[in-house]
Amino acid sequence: MPAEQTTAAAGDTPGNGSRADSTAAREALNQVDHRPGSAKPDPIVVADNVTRQFGGLTAVDVEHVEIQRGVITALIGPNGAGKTTFFNVLTGFDKPQSGTWSFNGRPLSGVPAYQVARMGMVRTFQLTKVLAKLHVVENMRLGATGQSGERFLSALLQRWGGQERQITDKADKLLERFLLDKKRNDFAGSLSGGQRKLLEMARALMADPELVMLDEPMAGVNPALKQSLLGHVKSLRDEGRTVLFVEHDMDMVRDISDWVIVMAQGTIVAEGPPDSVMANKSVIDAYLGSHHDQDLSEDVEEEIIAAAEAEIAGTTKTEERK
Amino acid sequence: MDFQTILSLSLQSALGPTAVIYALAAIGLNVHFGYTGLLNFGQAGFMMVAGYALVSFPIVLGLSLWLGALAGLLLTVVLALLLGVPTLRLRADYLAIVTIAAAEIIRQSIGAATLSDTFGGQDGLTGFIEPFRALNPYTGSIGIPGLVTWSAFDFWVMTVGWVLVAISCVVIWLLMRSPWGRVLKSIREDEDAVRSLGKNVYSYKMQALMLGGLFGALAGFITALRSASIGPSFFATDVTFFAYTVLLIGGAARVLGPVAGSIIFWFLISGLGIFFAQATGGADPLIPASIMTSTQASLMRFIFLGLGLMLLMIFRPQGIFGDRRELAIDAR
Repeated sequence: MPAEQTTAAAGDTPGNGSRADSTAAREALNQVDHRPGSAKPDPIVVADNVTRQFGGLTAVDVEHVEIQRGVITALIGPNGAGKTTFFNVLTGFDKPQSGTWSFNGRPLSGVPAYQVARMGMVRTFQLTKVLAKLHVVENMRLGATGQSGERFLSALLQRWGGQERQITDKADKLLERFLLDKKRNDFAGSLSGGQRKLLEMARALMADPELVMLDEPMAGVNPALKQSLLGHVKSLRDEGRTVLFVEHDMDMVRDISDWVIVMAQGTIVAEGPPDSVMANKSVIDAYLGSHHDQDLSEDVEEEIIAAAEAEIAGTTKTEERK
Repeated sequence: MDFQTILSLSLQSALGPTAVIYALAAIGLNVHFGYTGLLNFGQAGFMMVAGYALVSFPIVLGLSLWLGALAGLLLTVVLALLLGVPTLRLRADYLAIVTIAAAEIIRQSIGAATLSDTFGGQDGLTGFIEPFRALNPYTGSIGIPGLVTWSAFDFWVMTVGWVLVAISCVVIWLLMRSPWGRVLKSIREDEDAVRSLGKNVYSYKMQALMLGGLFGALAGFITALRSASIGPSFFATDVTFFAYTVLLIGGAARVLGPVAGSIIFWFLISGLGIFFAQATGGADPLIPASIMTSTQASLMRFIFLGLGLMLLMIFRPQGIFGDRRELAIDAR
């Protein structure tokens, strides 16, 4: 990765100096119990008794969860399991009814979203939020933290050009890494869905975050781009960042995650490395379905269709008898 | 039909004090609406607070006119705070409702009979202009003889006004090319994205509301100085909407949009007004009284203005200086 450590060059961003060694962090996970809420050797995020209700519906009810530093953690679960709501709560975009949660040991209850981001916990969105009428490179520049030119008086009276050039260099390197350098001077609104995903991820990296939270990074992305996105996510971990992502694409989860947390109906039902979680009976029942690890090849398909037809024929016969 | 007079009077209006007032008001709205996406429907309220502060200092308090100008700027900032604190955390439409209501509350309160001893009720206040008039370096009538001329006082107001417009444009240009301006434009596009990148959106919206209000305050000052008097009727709701029209003609989120918009708007308004007045007046009018009387004709300019606005929105929705490609993005 050409742009790798230059992203850390800004110096004034949070999270420098606590880069974790990802191999050691992954090995440390071998000692962790495969049960919901298990304690991690070096947690970056800890949440306790977080509940979020919408009227009568309890969207999130998490008793205890810890996210290991320096690894890729996947958050999976059926639609409506509360994954995105939990994401919103953690990042300050939503307020829960109760609970405490902390980032690097600093409690985050009542901390507004922008301060959470400044602490080094930057998120992306399920429905991408690019700034459509700004150029791609302007989108990137916005992501940088600690810009003196963003204060009103400094914008008017001071020279912010030098810092702007540094930021632009960093932005250009990231754009190159995410294969968006040809789109540099296009409006972000003219990008395709997949390119928007890339831009959002690159923009989040401008803040040099310690923890990157990706909400469905693969949704609506074509298979070729998916491969390169996978590579990008892995490279984040190799740089020493922590990644937490929500995803429905099981191939991706199996391929890149070091740890998987399964949510269903607002609670955490299982935890563990991908292989152990995907073999877990309750996960299969709640989410994956019993054919999740088979490709729908022709003979399997025929088998399923035959079974289904037999069942339909059976029910019609019983109905006729009545 | 005297086209020479029509052209002369239209130019007089297009470059005159009125155009200055609307250019300044629209520059403020450009910060609010064009760059930050805030819907301020109460720019007239900001103008009125500043204008009355300017005038009240010499008339009511017996202090200097220039101190009044300073107080006007301060009070506009206070008004922006009052309006912004409850509404800027909410969706954009709440600010629109609150600002239009606040502008009316201010106008009705200052014009109320109870306060007429202080603010002169609906008649307003006069007799504050001397310190400003004393600085007037011009005498006689000034302009291009045969084409367009202004009285020395009007030309003095114009000089001060256009200098203010020029300074304002430079300030806007400097700000909007800076990272600060980039945050404002990003807030217009998507607040949550900006928040997720560690910017305090609420604070930026408040700064934008104050800054735009300050340009409105300058417009309020010129309103009072131009007429050498001030009254509640100068700040009716249509002032805000004319300023929006000016902004849309010129093109939102463009530095010179409000300036060009204001010149064009007032050229057309006076040109059309004088044309219809001439066409229906005199002994043998161009348009006979059976079709249109001269009283009816005085409203024709607004009908044409509406038509013009519709055509603008259909054929050039981005305004004079706008970029069509930006609007095409919205259609996605």
